[in-house]
Amino acid sequence: MDTKFALGGIDYLVMAVYFLFVLGIGWALKKYMKNASAFLEAGRSIPAWVAGLAFISTNLGALEVMGMTGSGLKYGMLTTHFYWIGAIPAMVFLALFMMRFYYGSKARSVPEYLKLRFNEKTRGLNAILFAVMTVLASGISMYALALLLENVLGWNFNISLFASAAIVLAYTYLGGLSSAIYNEVLQFFIIVIGLMPMAILVMSDVGGWNGLQTSLAPIVEGKGFAGDAWTSTWKYTASASGNPLGVAWYGIFAGLGFVLSFGYWCTNFLIVQRAMAAESMTAARKVPLIGAVPKMFIPFLIIVPGIAALVLMNDPLKGFALPLNNAGQPIYDYTIIMLLKQYLPAGVLGLGVTALLASFMSGMAGNVSAFNTVWTYDIYQSYIRPVTGNKDADDRHYLKVGKMATIFGVLVSIAAAYIASKFGNIMDFLQTIFSMINAPLFAVIFLGMFWKRSTGNAAFTGLLGGFLIALLHHGLSVPEGATTLVKGGWIAPLITYPVEMAQNFWTAIYAFSAATLLTVILSLLAKRTKSDDELNGLVYSMTPKLDDSAVLWYKRPWFLAVIVGIIMIVLSILFW
Amino acid sequence: MLDIRFPIGLMFSIFGLIITIYGLAAIGHDAMYVRLLGVNVNLISGICTLTFGLVMLFFSDPVRKLLKKKNV
Repeated sequence: MDTKFALGGIDYLVMAVYFLFVLGIGWALKKYMKNASAFLEAGRSIPAWVAGLAFISTNLGALEVMGMTGSGLKYGMLTTHFYWIGAIPAMVFLALFMMRFYYGSKARSVPEYLKLRFNEKTRGLNAILFAVMTVLASGISMYALALLLENVLGWNFNISLFASAAIVLAYTYLGGLSSAIYNEVLQFFIIVIGLMPMAILVMSDVGGWNGLQTSLAPIVEGKGFAGDAWTSTWKYTASASGNPLGVAWYGIFAGLGFVLSFGYWCTNFLIVQRAMAAESMTAARKVPLIGAVPKMFIPFLIIVPGIAALVLMNDPLKGFALPLNNAGQPIYDYTIIMLLKQYLPAGVLGLGVTALLASFMSGMAGNVSAFNTVWTYDIYQSYIRPVTGNKDADDRHYLKVGKMATIFGVLVSIAAAYIASKFGNIMDFLQTIFSMINAPLFAVIFLGMFWKRSTGNAAFTGLLGGFLIALLHHGLSVPEGATTLVKGGWIAPLITYPVEMAQNFWTAIYAFSAATLLTVILSLLAKRTKSDDELNGLVYSMTPKLDDSAVLWYKRPWFLAVIVGIIMIVLSILFW
Repeated sequence: MLDIRFPIGLMFSIFGLIITIYGLAAIGHDAMYVRLLGVNVNLISGICTLTFGLVMLFFSDPVRKLLKKKNV
């Protein structure tokens, strides 16, 4: 199947307009970039709805979109667990219970919260792992973008890579975090508007939701599942073997719904940074809740068309097929590309392609803008050149460092992209390894925020220990049918999981448990290191309750959280 | 600070305009739509995109300020 798009002049015109606006926004924000805080923290001045859309947009990178449509085809509606149970409870928890400490402690980053609550070395460990992880992630997505442009648009790989890096650099250098956030909002709307025509056409072509269910039944039964297994979310999760995901309900609850999602949404600075840039405490607490609403509906745009693609693939009259890899297997990640190609005419197609480009670039910009903050505040300011006390001179200096870090981040990402093009497996491996810090990090931050007794040394050991346990588990386990050591088992393949997802869940669960146990035990064995006063604003029980009575009732975070919860429950029942 | 609704509104109005015109130009050339279930996708999407852009523009600070000035 040919993956090349026949783009018309009009599609390039749409793309050109988009680039013009992206750079224009950076240019318009340039005049506000007077100090390090404006550049790295957006001056804490972003309205809640803007930060809220950026909050979910950061997670809506092109790799995510392509992967999710492919997962829709492979796992059906069970993929929505990543958007509902695997995101919403964590986002609500972050908003109601954690944001006030991140925002109110005046920490400028998640690692800095660790410094304030625990100690310097806990911050250092987290900051360094995070900095490496963001640059890796940005390099991998750059590589994927250049490869996509080569395969789909026929552009030169090197030129695509450098041109996209240059655009990202230009707008993050000019407008810092504000520019990254504004462009994420732009990206959010382009994704919705650019993909909606495709989703609607695909669905009407398969006869709507009912037609989809009818046509799916024989195909799915042929795979050995119940006829409605692809259009249900919880119905077949009583046992792992009854559903295509290969995980039972308690695995979904504990692995995805708790450890993985709380580790990701509540402690990943890339995400939390968007909420920390909000204009006020109330706004910051509302950011994840505002993001949660569109989040719950994104599956209808990217997962459901993927499910429909399974029907299209099995109907010769539709002429739909996926490209094959060298082993003759379909490349599921190309599902959305092929759907766009088949259903959109020149014109709207330009919008669809621009949506993918936009999500790639804003993903990179997000990583770079998180990297430069952690580098400047948590590494450079803590270990290389501490504040001197002269506020003006310091401000100018750290602004310059922040800007240099932006250039440095982009350059290292380009290097990482080339390493990924030569040694893709190594980069995937490194990314898997570094993301293992999330689960123990959540354990440590959670204990820090809600248990005043937890100490700095215990937290450090918990973080490191949890990380090492995750590594050990990954080294000892393999998903069935794995062909490379990248997937695990590089120490000895002692444990075998039916699917990679199950392995990921269990890695996170072990890491989280180990980190929790270590931190609790070591804290109980040691004396408290911080007094009650020092913990004011950092720990739940030591901080005065927030008074929302001045805020109109329907604008209060609690009220929004209830609405979000109701929508999620209704969706889960409708698609049970 | 810059109101993000303004650039969003402006950009999507331009997108909408371009695509609508393209959709209008294609009226009468039915053959190219057979593949697309007989719907003029560009025309419909173009109008929707344009509407979204104009609504965003209408509610953006610069436009609201302008309207206020005229009324006073």
